Amino acid sequence: MKKHLLAFAVAALATGGAFAQASDTIAKVKASGTITMGVRDSSGALAFTLGDGKYTGFHYDVCQHIIANLEKVVGKKLDIKYQLVTSQNRIPLVQNGTVDLECGSTTNNATRQKDVAFANTVYVEEVRIAVKANSGITSIAQLNGKNVATTTGTTSVQLLRKNERATGVDFKEVFGKDHADSFLLLESGRADAFVMDGQILAGNISTSKNPADFKIVGEVLSVEPIAIMLRKDDPAFKKLADDTIASMVKTGEMAKLYDKWFMQPIPPKNVKVGLPASDATKAAWANLNDKPAEDYAKK
Amino acid sequence: MESVMDWQVFLNDDGSGRTYLQWMLEAWRWTLAVAGCSWVVAMVVGALMGTLRTLPNSPWAVRFANAWVELFRNIPLLVQIFIWYFVVPKIFPAMQQVPGFALVVMSLGFFTSARIAEQVRAGIQALPKGQRYAGMAMGFSTAQTYRYVILPMAFRIIFPPLTSESMNLLKNSSVAFAVSISELTMFAMQAQEETSRGIEIYLGVTVLYAASAFAVNRVMAFVEKRMQIPGFIVAGGTGGGH
Repeated sequence: MKKHLLAFAVAALATGGAFAQASDTIAKVKASGTITMGVRDSSGALAFTLGDGKYTGFHYDVCQHIIANLEKVVGKKLDIKYQLVTSQNRIPLVQNGTVDLECGSTTNNATRQKDVAFANTVYVEEVRIAVKANSGITSIAQLNGKNVATTTGTTSVQLLRKNERATGVDFKEVFGKDHADSFLLLESGRADAFVMDGQILAGNISTSKNPADFKIVGEVLSVEPIAIMLRKDDPAFKKLADDTIASMVKTGEMAKLYDKWFMQPIPPKNVKVGLPASDATKAAWANLNDKPAEDYAKK
Repeated sequence: MESVMDWQVFLNDDGSGRTYLQWMLEAWRWTLAVAGCSWVVAMVVGALMGTLRTLPNSPWAVRFANAWVELFRNIPLLVQIFIWYFVVPKIFPAMQQVPGFALVVMSLGFFTSARIAEQVRAGIQALPKGQRYAGMAMGFSTAQTYRYVILPMAFRIIFPPLTSESMNLLKNSSVAFAVSISELTMFAMQAQEETSRGIEIYLGVTVLYAASAFAVNRVMAFVEKRMQIPGFIVAGGTGGGH
């Protein structure tokens, strides 16, 4: 019993300590010698797992640059811990100090900016529609009466729902439990279209049995800035992240990284995503900012 | 997490002209429909298979029912649902016409039927041999012995675990979200992402699940009470003293 009490007290102290330092990541990292990176297992080329507790991807690489600069600032080699996060737990984990730097595929929006901060955007996602190449569907209007797949816990279909109401298109929503399942819905004919982030669609198509059977069609449903997430009210750490990003863009490192992840064959299957940097992404590089998605919609 | 709860979120429009509250109630209906239909399948098939397993002179029926139970209880429920939804229609194209709802009801019903069959068998085997002999002495056929002597007693013995199984079935229906049935769990995962109000959404869904499962519990308890015959089970000797 005493042991339990002790463990509880230690845990309470540890959490208390974490909260106390919560808003000064650099000091926290300096004191502990470790930094915890939030990673995703299947966020397309932005962040994914190689298995065996190893993670990689475009945002993962950007974060490694940020951590390299952080090591210079604190003056020692940091022990990097990886914490797998999900759509459900990523924001609470950043808020409570478990994760210092989330390098997945989080949309920067106004609601989230109330809880967390974002580094400047280096990837802008376009939500698109994937269909079977022989379906004859080329636009949203043709989705009338069709089954439209999307992944549970994403906001893509919400955009379409709003769009649908405006244009009088009536479709049925079907939900896959993850992107692979949603793609299977399309592949097996249970859905006529799959609405999702362009790079996830491109990635799933490129790794499918017959990539030529599918194509991405129709209007861009929305543009969303996807960004690296940080704790709120920590200007020093945000500046460090933003400065790293700015210098990467300036030296051309960012464009090189983009090419590496989106235009070249990538693991685990060594196939290309094949998604050139969109105009929105290029604009984000040219004019670095951390504006939420709402500001993009207004344009 | 410091932000206070905002229950207004349920009144927000989800983009298609319905509120999140309406959507949640719709999802609740799907949960109840999946669970209700699966329950009927599970009870009918479970009772049949459980009975077949105890038949005295039909070794092939016993083997068939044993195989049924082992097949459906040794594969994870989520895997079974995927097999019915994606694999079976690939192998038998005729199955593509069957709506997803029916496939989910079938997989959840068969999965639970294996568990119920096991309870029915246990209930029947808990009865003393004398009960069967009594039926034979009356000149009953095997079917009549089961109908008038064995099953009425066996079902009263296994009623408490059947109650648990019925509640489990309701909660297990949450896996239906994996094959795009728009039930409560799917609603929770989807709506919390759309509204960024996960706490309120999950609390709402929790209340509905708890209320539904508790209602099942009360109905089963009521039936159990109404079915009780004082001294009936205890007189069986080995049935245990409920």
